[in-house]
Amino acid sequence: MKKAANLSLLGTPVRRLWLLLALALFASGLFMTIDVQAEWSFVLPLRGTKLATLWTVAFAIGISTVLFQTVTGNRILTPAVMGFDALFQLIQSVLAFTVGVAAMQIPELARFGMNVGLMVVLSTTLFVWLFRGQASNLHLLLLVGIVAGIFFRSLNNFVWRVMDPNDFVVLQDRLFANFNTVSRPLLALSLVVIAAMGLWVWRQRHVLDVLALGREVAINLGVDYQRAVMDILVVIAILVSVSTALVGPVTFFGLLVSNMAYQLMHTHQHRYTLVATVLLGALLLVGGQMVLERMFGFNTSLSIVVEFLGGLTFIYLLVRKTRH
Amino acid sequence: MRPLAFALPAVAALAVLAFISLLVGVSDVSVATIVRLFSHNEDDLATQVLVASRVPRTLALLLAGSAMAVAGLLMQMLARNHYVEPSTMGTAESAGMGMLVGVLLWPDMPVFAKMGLAAVFALAGTALFLAVLSRIRLRAALIVPLVGLVLSGVIESATTFIAYRFDLMQTARSWMTADFSAIVQGRYELLWLSLVVTVVAMVAADRFTVAGMGQDFATNLGLNYKRLVAQGVAVVSVVTASVIVTVGIIPFVGLIVPNLVRLVVGDNVRKSVLWVAWAGALMALVCDLIGRLVIAPYEVPIGTVMGVIGSAMFLALLLARRKRMGG
Repeated sequence: MKKAANLSLLGTPVRRLWLLLALALFASGLFMTIDVQAEWSFVLPLRGTKLATLWTVAFAIGISTVLFQTVTGNRILTPAVMGFDALFQLIQSVLAFTVGVAAMQIPELARFGMNVGLMVVLSTTLFVWLFRGQASNLHLLLLVGIVAGIFFRSLNNFVWRVMDPNDFVVLQDRLFANFNTVSRPLLALSLVVIAAMGLWVWRQRHVLDVLALGREVAINLGVDYQRAVMDILVVIAILVSVSTALVGPVTFFGLLVSNMAYQLMHTHQHRYTLVATVLLGALLLVGGQMVLERMFGFNTSLSIVVEFLGGLTFIYLLVRKTRH
Repeated sequence: MRPLAFALPAVAALAVLAFISLLVGVSDVSVATIVRLFSHNEDDLATQVLVASRVPRTLALLLAGSAMAVAGLLMQMLARNHYVEPSTMGTAESAGMGMLVGVLLWPDMPVFAKMGLAAVFALAGTALFLAVLSRIRLRAALIVPLVGLVLSGVIESATTFIAYRFDLMQTARSWMTADFSAIVQGRYELLWLSLVVTVVAMVAADRFTVAGMGQDFATNLGLNYKRLVAQGVAVVSVVTASVIVTVGIIPFVGLIVPNLVRLVVGDNVRKSVLWVAWAGALMALVCDLIGRLVIAPYEVPIGTVMGVIGSAMFLALLLARRKRMGG
C-alpha cells in the first residue's frame, strides 16, 4: 500500500528526479552551514572545496558506472570492480617510481593529462582483452576483474615499498588525496573535464539507450557499434581517472548508486538513470560525509563505510541473481 | 617407487632453500658460522644472530607456509570448490578482526588468548561465508570465490573502520600484511601448534577426501558429514589464527599451492597433502627471499610479495580455465 501511495505522489520519473535534486541540494546546503564555529570566511571556502569534490566524484563514478553497465549489458560489473581504479593508481606510482621526483616538477595539469592518456590506452586494452569472445562467462569475468584489481593494488604496494621514501612522501602528498585534502587546481581541472564528458554523454543518451538493447539489436538499428563502444570506453577511462585522482579507489560505490538509481527510476532510459545516479551519489556522499563528520566526529572514513555497504550490496545482487 | 624418486630431490631442494634463507640478511652469517654452531659452542655475534633470529625466521616460514597451504587444501575439499582459501573467504580477515577486538578490550592479553579470540572470530567468519553460500542455489564454481572475496573485503572494511575510529590503524596494518622481519626466538613458537594441527589434518586426510565428494556420498560411506565439516572448519580456523597472530595474513598460498599440486598429483588428499605442505613451505621461503633481496638492506614484507605473485598466479589459473572453456 505504501508503494501505491509513493507512486501516486511521485508517479513520473521526472518528479522523482526533482525530489532527488531537492534532497541533494538540501544536504549540500546543510553541509555548508551546519555547526559553523570558526569565521565564515574561513569555513566556507574549505567546505566548498570539499563539497565540490564530493559532487565531482559522485558525478564521475556514477556516470562511468552506468556507461560501463550499458556497454557490458550487466548490472554487476563496474569499472572499479574490474580493477580500473587500481590500474590508474598503479600507473601513477610506476611513473613516479621510474621518473622519480622529477615527475613532480612537471606541472600538475600536464601530469594529470599524461596519466589519463596512459590510463585510456591501458584500460581500453584491458577491457578489449577481457571481453574478447562473446561467450564470456560473467562469473569468470568478474573474478578475473576482482583478482586483477588485487594484483594491481599489490603491485602498487610493492612499488611503494621499493620506492625511495622521499619520493613516496611526495607521491603520497601530491597524487593521493582524500576527501579532505584535495588540491584546488586539480579540482578545477576535474570540473572542466567532467563538464565536457557530461555534455558528451548527455548528447549520446539516445545512442546509449539503443546500445543497452544489446549488440545485435544496436547494429540492426544502425549504430556503429564498435566505434560507439570505443568512444564510451575512453570516456569511462577519463572519468575513472578523475575520481581516482581526487579521492583514490572506491570499489563498490558505483555499484551501489547505479543499482539504486535503476530501482528508483523503474526505467532504462539514460536521460533518467544518468541524472539519478549522479544525484543519488551526491546525496549519499554529502550526507554520509556530514553524518560521519558531525555526528561521529571523524573525517576520512567515508570511503570505508561506502566500501562496507557496497560490498553487502554486491553480495546481495549476486545471491539474488543466482536464485532465478 | 615413484614417490621416493620425487621425494628425495624435493626434500633436498627445500633444504637448500632453507639453508640460503639462513644466510641472507644484513648481518653476516656465513656457512662457517652454521658449521661452527654444530661443532662447538661459540658465542660470537654471527652465532647469536643465527640462533636468535635466522633459525626462528626460517622455521617460521616453513611452518606458516605449509600450514596455510594445507589449510587451503582442506577448505577446498570442504567447500567443494577449487578457488577458496582462508584469505579469499573471510576466515583470515575475521581472525584479524578478532585480534583488533582483543587489542581494544584487553590490551595485555597473553598470546594464547589472542589466538583463541582470533580463532573464534575466524570460525564465525567461515560460518558466515558458508551460510551465504548456502543461500545461493546455483553453485557455479566461480561464484563461490567471488562471494568470498567480496565478503573478505566487507569484513576488512569493518575492521579498518573500527581501527580508524580507535587510532589503531598501524597496529591493524601489522597483521593485515604478513611480515617475518620481527620473528625472533620466543616470537614464533605458536606456529608449532599449527604444525600439530596440520599433522592432524594429514591423518584425517581420507575423510576429507570423502567429504570433498559431497554430503550424500560421505553419508553413504557412513561418515557424519556435518561433524566432519565442523571439524575441518575448526582446524582451518585455528591454523589461520595461529599464523595471523604470529606473522599476519599470508594471502594466496592456500589457493595457489593446492591447485598446482592437484594438477600433478590429483584429487586424493592423502597423496597430495604432503606435497601441498612441501610446496607451501617452498613458496613461503622463495617469496620471503625475494622480499629480503629486492631492496636489501631493507625488505618488502612477504604479504606484499605474495600478493603480487599470488594474484598473478591466480589470474593465470583463471585464464587457463577460460581457454579451456573456449572464451
